[in-house]
Amino acid sequence: MARVVLIGNLAQLTGGVAEFNVSAASVKQLFDRLTELHPELGPHLQEGVAVAIDGQIYQETLLEPIGPDSEVFILPQIAGG
Amino acid sequence: MAENGTNGTNGQGYVGTRTIRPDGVDKVTGRARFGADFNLPGQLIGKVLRSPHPHARIVSIDTSKAEALPGVKAVITRDDFADQSSEFIPAGEMMMNYRDVVRNVMAREKVLYEGHAVAAVAATSTAIARRALKLIDVKYEVLPHVIDVVEAMKPGAPVLHDDLFTAGVEPKPDKPSNVAKRIEINLGDIEAGFKKADIVIEREFKTAPVHQGYIEPHAALASVSEDGSSELWCCTQGHFIVRAHCARLLGLDIAKIRVTASEIGGGFGGKTVVYLEPLALALSKKAKRPVKMVMSREEVFKASGPTSGATVKVKMGATKDGKFVAGFAELKYQAGAFQGSPVQPGVFCAYAPYDMENVKVIGYDVVSNRPKVAAYRAPGAPISEFAVESVVDEIAKKLGIDGIQLRMMNAAREGTKAAYGPKFGPLGLEETLNSIKKTEHWNTPLRKWQGRGVASGFWFNIGGETCASLTVNEDGTVSLMAGTPDIGGLRAALTNVAADELGIPYEKVRPIIGDTGSLGFTFLTGGSRSAFSGSMAIVEAAKQIKAELCSRACKLWEAKPDQVEFKDGAVRPLGALAEKVKPMTIADFAKIAGKLGGPIGGYGRINAQGAGPSLGTHLVDLEVDPETGRVTILRYTVAQDAGKALHPAYVEGQFQGGAVQGIGWALNEEYIYGDDGKLQNAGFLDYRMPVASDVPMIDAILVEVANPKHPYGVRGVGETPIVPPLGAIANAMEQATGIRFTELPMSPPKVLRALKEKAAKS
Repeated sequence: MARVVLIGNLAQLTGGVAEFNVSAASVKQLFDRLTELHPELGPHLQEGVAVAIDGQIYQETLLEPIGPDSEVFILPQIAGG
Repeated sequence: MAENGTNGTNGQGYVGTRTIRPDGVDKVTGRARFGADFNLPGQLIGKVLRSPHPHARIVSIDTSKAEALPGVKAVITRDDFADQSSEFIPAGEMMMNYRDVVRNVMAREKVLYEGHAVAAVAATSTAIARRALKLIDVKYEVLPHVIDVVEAMKPGAPVLHDDLFTAGVEPKPDKPSNVAKRIEINLGDIEAGFKKADIVIEREFKTAPVHQGYIEPHAALASVSEDGSSELWCCTQGHFIVRAHCARLLGLDIAKIRVTASEIGGGFGGKTVVYLEPLALALSKKAKRPVKMVMSREEVFKASGPTSGATVKVKMGATKDGKFVAGFAELKYQAGAFQGSPVQPGVFCAYAPYDMENVKVIGYDVVSNRPKVAAYRAPGAPISEFAVESVVDEIAKKLGIDGIQLRMMNAAREGTKAAYGPKFGPLGLEETLNSIKKTEHWNTPLRKWQGRGVASGFWFNIGGETCASLTVNEDGTVSLMAGTPDIGGLRAALTNVAADELGIPYEKVRPIIGDTGSLGFTFLTGGSRSAFSGSMAIVEAAKQIKAELCSRACKLWEAKPDQVEFKDGAVRPLGALAEKVKPMTIADFAKIAGKLGGPIGGYGRINAQGAGPSLGTHLVDLEVDPETGRVTILRYTVAQDAGKALHPAYVEGQFQGGAVQGIGWALNEEYIYGDDGKLQNAGFLDYRMPVASDVPMIDAILVEVANPKHPYGVRGVGETPIVPPLGAIANAMEQATGIRFTELPMSPPKVLRALKEKAAKS
C-alpha cells in the first residue's frame, strides 16, 4: 500500500490524521479512497491539489500511476508568476 | 543532453545556441503591436471611475447625467455583472474566488481600496469619457481603513469582509476578521532541533509591497457583435485564462469569445488576472461598438498588481560546526483587498534550499485596504527567503564560516526531503555555489564602505496544460504556433527545438502565438513553465510529423516501417531499399502533400508534468555613501541551474532581469501610503525602480543539471532569479556598514538613519 501524507491544512479535515496507508493504483483511485474515508476531503481534492509521487510533483492529473510502495504527498497546488 | 526521444535530426544543433530572435525586427522597427496598438473602425474609448476612498460602503450610484452626455454610448456599474457564487479556481500563484473577482473588477457593496473600479463609460473620445466620469454621482459611507498587515490582524481593526472567517484554525472562529487563512507545515521536531543547536538566531523582518513594474500598462480592445460573438485583443500572460474569466463574469459560452494576446511589455505575474478585459467586453456589448481601454500609469499602480508587503519572523539553530538543525518562521503576508496572498509558496520555499531535519513554518493570509495582490515572479518566495538568507548570513559570520561554505554544507541535493513533503530529484544548488566560488568576482578585494553578499534561492516551477502546433507549408517551411504569450524568448526557444526536431534550418520555421480559437486550452505564461512545457508540446508535434512522413514514405515506396527512418530532416530508406529510392526531405513531401493524403502537421496537446525546481546563487558587491545613504551596486553575478538552456541568451536575460527587479525591491521600491490610506507614489518618478544607469552589467553563469523528466533536460528559469537578490544585498549591506538591515527597502533615508543611530551609539 502507498504511504500517503497530507501537507498543510488538509489534515484539519481528517480530524488531524495526516498519514494514511492506501491501496490505489492511480491518483483518481487515491482521491476516491480518501474521499470514502473522509468525505470532507473530497471537494478539496477536486478543487485542485498537487500530488507528489515518489518525489515528483504532479498537478491537474487523475491518471498518474501510483505504485504499491509509493510515497505520496498531497499538497496545495503550485503555480507561479 | 538528456536521454530523450529527440533526434537532433540534421545535426544543426540549434538547441543551446543564441539564434536571432524571431520577434526582433518587429520590435526594433516599431512594427510589433502591443496592447494599446490595436484599433478598430468606429471604436469607442473606455474609462473607469475609481474610488477615492480606501474603504467605503457604496450607498448609491447615479449614472443618469453621464448617460445623457452627448458622445457617451454606454455606462456600466456593478449592476452589469451578475454576482458570482463562492468558488475557488487556480489562478496565478493562488486560488482565486470568482465571488472576489467580480467584486475586484467592479466594486459591489463596498470599495476596498483607493482606485477600486466603481463604474466605466464608453464614449466617442477620451475627453468625453473623462467628462462623463465626473458626471457619475457615487454616494459613499466612508469607513475606517487599515493598510499595514500587522495592524490589520489586530483585534478591533476595521474588518473588510463580514463573511471572512479565518480558515485553518481550531476551533473555527465565530467572528469575522482580516485573517483569511492560517497555514502550517512541519518537518521533524522543531523543539528537539533547537535543543541540539549551539547557536540560535532570531530576527524579525519587514518588506514593503512592490509592483511588478511592467513598462506596458494594461490595455484591451473588445468587440462584441449583436449575436454575442466577442473578440478581444489584450496584453496578457494568458489569453486562455482571460477568455475563461471573461466568459464566467459575463455569462458567455467560452466558444463565443476569441482572445488574441498582443506583444507584451512585461508582466512578471501581474498580467495573469483580468482588470479591463471584462469591462471592455461589457461596454462593447452595451454600446454595440468596439471599445478600447488603456490604463494610465497611476491606474496601474493603484488598481493592479502589486505583490505583498509582509512581516516575517525567523528563528534558526545551528551546531558550532555549521549544521542547520532547526528552522522556524512565521510569515504574515498582505493579500490586498481580497484573500489570496502568495503566503503558501512563501511557507514552502522558506527553507527549501537546505537539507534540514526540523522545520516549522506558519503563514497568515491577511486582507487590508490595498489593491488585491497579483503574482510576481516566484510569488511569495523572495520575501520568506530574504529573511532566512539574512539569518543564514548571520550564522556564517558568527561561526566564522564563509557564506558559500556554510550553504554548501547544508545544501539540499538529490534525495533531500523538503519541508513541504517530497524528496527532491536532481538539484543544482551545489553547482551554483561552486560556480560562484570560482569566479574572479568572489576573490576581488573590497574597500571601506563596500560590502559583498551572497544568497541562494529556490523556486518549484510548474508544467501544465499546453498546446503547440507545427504545420508544414507547401514549400517545406514550417509554421509554429504556441498558446502561451512570449514574454521571455519563447518563440526563439521553441523554434530552436522545432528546427532540431525536424532537421530543418532555423530560418525555415516561423513562430507565432496563436489566439484562443486556434489552439486548445493552454495555461498561462507563468510558473516558469512556457519554455519547459512548450518545448515538450513541440517535441510531441514534431514526433507526429515524423511518424506521418515515415508512413507516407512506406506507402509511396511500398516499404515496411522498419525499412525507413527519419533522420537529418528526411525520411531515409534503409537496407536494400536504399538502393532503389532516394531519401525524401520534408520539402519533398510538402510539394506532393495533397497527393499523399493532404496537409502535413503535428499538434502537441499535453499536460506537462515533471517540472524540476531551479536553484540559484547570487553574489553582489555594493558601496554605501555614508553622507547620503545611497547604495550603488558595483558588481553582480548570478549562477543558476537551467537544466538545459534552450536559448542561452534568453536564459541569461531572465537571470539579469530577475536580479535587477530584486535590486529594486531591496533598495528602493515600495508603496507609500498617507494616513488617509491613499497611495502617495503612483508613478515612476516617485516609485523608484532601477534604470539601466543604476545597475552594472549582471554577469550570468549558466549551470546545467539536467531535469530527467524533460526531453532536453530543461528547468524553468524565469522566477528563481528574483529570489536571492534581497538577501544577497542585505548581507552585503551588513558587511559594508556593520548594520543588519531587516526592513526593505534599504532606501537612502533608512540607511542614513541607521548609520546615524549606529554612530550615536558608538
